[in-house]
Amino acid sequence: MNESEKNIDGTESVLLNLGPQHPSTHGVFRLRTLLDGEEVIDVEPIFGYLHRGSSKLAEERSYTQVITLTDRLDYLAGMSNNLAYITALEKLTEIAPPERARYLRVTMVELMRIASHLMGIGFLINDLGAWITPLMHMFREREKILDLFEMVCGARITFSYMRLGGVSHDLPIGFEKSINEFLDDFEKKIEEYENLLLGNEIILSRMVGVAPLTGERAINCSVTGPNLRASGVDWDLRKKDPYEIYDQMDFEVPLGERGDNWDRLVVRIEEMKQSVRIIRQCIDDLPQGPYRTDTDFFVRPPEGEAYGMVEAPKGELGFYLVSDGTIAPYRMGIRSPSFINLTVLRELCVGWKLADIIVNFGTLDINVGEVDR
Amino acid sequence: MTLELTKEYIIPLLVDQFKDAIDLDGDQHLYINADRLPEICVFFRDDPQFKMDMLRYLDCVDYIDHFELRYALLSLQKNQSLTFKVRLWGRDTLELPSVVDVWEGANLQEREIYDLMGVEFTDHPNMKRVFLWEGFPGHPLRKDFL
Repeated sequence: MNESEKNIDGTESVLLNLGPQHPSTHGVFRLRTLLDGEEVIDVEPIFGYLHRGSSKLAEERSYTQVITLTDRLDYLAGMSNNLAYITALEKLTEIAPPERARYLRVTMVELMRIASHLMGIGFLINDLGAWITPLMHMFREREKILDLFEMVCGARITFSYMRLGGVSHDLPIGFEKSINEFLDDFEKKIEEYENLLLGNEIILSRMVGVAPLTGERAINCSVTGPNLRASGVDWDLRKKDPYEIYDQMDFEVPLGERGDNWDRLVVRIEEMKQSVRIIRQCIDDLPQGPYRTDTDFFVRPPEGEAYGMVEAPKGELGFYLVSDGTIAPYRMGIRSPSFINLTVLRELCVGWKLADIIVNFGTLDINVGEVDR
Repeated sequence: MTLELTKEYIIPLLVDQFKDAIDLDGDQHLYINADRLPEICVFFRDDPQFKMDMLRYLDCVDYIDHFELRYALLSLQKNQSLTFKVRLWGRDTLELPSVVDVWEGANLQEREIYDLMGVEFTDHPNMKRVFLWEGFPGHPLRKDFL
């Protein structure tokens, strides 16, 4: 980023710091922007303010204890993080969970996806200037999901629900009734969101056609998740490389066309509908039986390595575990979708107006806890 | 299901062009020499039998006497994946050609490895620390850091 250069017409560029403390940056995240008038010439994301060294901490903890670290990566989607880690660990140890646990896992992960997308959309609308009120509509539904999680495992944010060979708790009495009530209600709420948001003139004018991303570029930049699908690339791990019981589930993968801000918003709303479909199937087909197999607390996987990944709300979340035969991982690498999706941020912002940066950044839906790890 | 290409499948396809660049022994993983890395990556990306259009994940492990980089590639068109590794011996100066020109997705991932592991990528457009600040002593994910 060269600040001293004069522009062609002799005017000077302005360097503007957005963040690290700024309501639109969804955490502590800094955007160093170079402006020519209102137009953005260059953007440099600066992060690391929330770096906790999760990979290093994992090397000092037993495999079971590491689950608690994964909760805190993407703190809006703890269940998905748990599952990604456990997928890798189960590949390493070759322990398989019972069938009931698989259904419970998918139920929880899809609920988590709804909660995460709600927050993604809510804060995006917040950034667009609809201050707080629409966000509270999203928080209201997320609150109900967190209540369901609290019923199941007692925690609302840091669940540690997925365990090696199963899940930590079976469903409590009355859960089925509660979740069905929630789903019936939520389907109406999605309609309400669509009526409120998708016809709004301000949202349309600020999102349709703004910051398009072609599928080819998205793939080359390793973008995954709803951002990739908004660009029209049919890639969802749940379909293409099914894990748990997704191969038995009947659902569709919503795709966008242009990959602009609008598509990224609509894909997330459509994904929430599909998640409701999946949860209903899980609850209806839930098999009886044990929810967990017996495993040692201090599990010692054989020497080797494994990479396990799931389709998390933000994209492909993967854990790379290297075992040296002891109770702690020798190395734990995290493929964080939020972090890698930021590769395209500069490209999405350059050439647009300053006010658009906030929206373009918002539709990427990153989580700083996961970016910095 | 994504098809994971095995070493036995890959080596016959590579051997004509890159005989000197691949390690034919070793364990079940495919090892590649660092100096011809970008060439092989372009081959993996463009060859119709591979079509690896995405760098899925890049990671590095510190094995005390050597560092091992793991490149996980993914082909969205053919729904197949492959993994290869690059070994770097020593601990002081670790250099490796960057693959940002092949896959832009390597940009931040290589910077992360430089920051936390201390492996430098030559020809990288912006080889700076990504989480920690300039002047931070050492590279925290190395085994001798703490």
